[in-house]
Amino acid sequence: MPTYGRGLRVLSILTVVTISAALILVFFYAPLDANQGFIQKIFYIHVPLAIVSLCGFVFGGLLGVMHLKTGDRRYDMRSYVAIHMSLIFGVAALISGSIWAKASWGHWWVWDDPTLVSYLIVVLMFATYTPFRFSIEDPERQARYASVFAILGGAFVPLNFVAVRAAQGLVHPRVLTVSGGNLPGPMALTFLISLIGIALLYATLWKYEMAAKNARIQLRALRRRVLGDDDVSPLQRTAAPSL
Amino acid sequence: MSLPLAIAPALPLHAAGKYVAAAYVVFVVVILIYVMIMAVRLSRTERALVELNRDIAERDESARSAARDEVRPPGLDREPAPAGRAPGDSSL
Repeated sequence: MPTYGRGLRVLSILTVVTISAALILVFFYAPLDANQGFIQKIFYIHVPLAIVSLCGFVFGGLLGVMHLKTGDRRYDMRSYVAIHMSLIFGVAALISGSIWAKASWGHWWVWDDPTLVSYLIVVLMFATYTPFRFSIEDPERQARYASVFAILGGAFVPLNFVAVRAAQGLVHPRVLTVSGGNLPGPMALTFLISLIGIALLYATLWKYEMAAKNARIQLRALRRRVLGDDDVSPLQRTAAPSL
Repeated sequence: MSLPLAIAPALPLHAAGKYVAAAYVVFVVVILIYVMIMAVRLSRTERALVELNRDIAERDESARSAARDEVRPPGLDREPAPAGRAPGDSSL
């Protein structure tokens, strides 16, 4: 069985250093936006959270492909944790975006902006992933169906992104484009460090949760081996993968 | 809807500060809640580990006492005779 705790300390330190550097850059280096002023500082947390969560959903889908391809249930576990982490980041992105919208536009939510609504749809869709898993009792079937869900959801993310980019009449600002975007140098650097910091945080928490789940599974297996099946209470119905 | 972003003036710092602070606090709080949940699960795992250690120790102890019983010859099960002359002893 692999050990997910390996390298976790280095990754954690790297995450703390990068996020600290990003916060210093956000508040002491990046210039104030001419249009929005200090409010624009939310951009450095909101956009990386949204990008990382969307990439996490795609990552979960790719792990779902690996599960169906190899039949190895560990990939299902990885996919589950990736989607779970992405949901947490997605909720944080939605709340921070809502606060920004209130300060900038005067509304907590704008229903006619495709970017906002499509992101909400993606998050809500993946919010049904855990109840979906829980609804299937047989662990083997649960893992297989969850992988299909993860793949479909993961494929929906880039399609959704392209559709929104193609949409007209946007309220949401477009600062990141294929041609490099229209962020000035110091802002682009700050954004890049923030994005790396949030991506590292995602990787750290993913590894952390994998290590915790792995420890619990190994402990249960050890208990069964030492004490026998009769002394170990059977697993209750759960949405989490069981190896 | 018109473009509120284009016409929105830059908020003064005292008004904008609370929103920026709120957005960053949300991020920190979400991460803290996650870490708290993980800490609860970790303590549960630790408790299970302690329980397993105790069960193994008990099992080892009962195995040792069973082994001692097996090794002891059947004659040793009785209480040893008291020191001195036994009643009816005619050796004198």
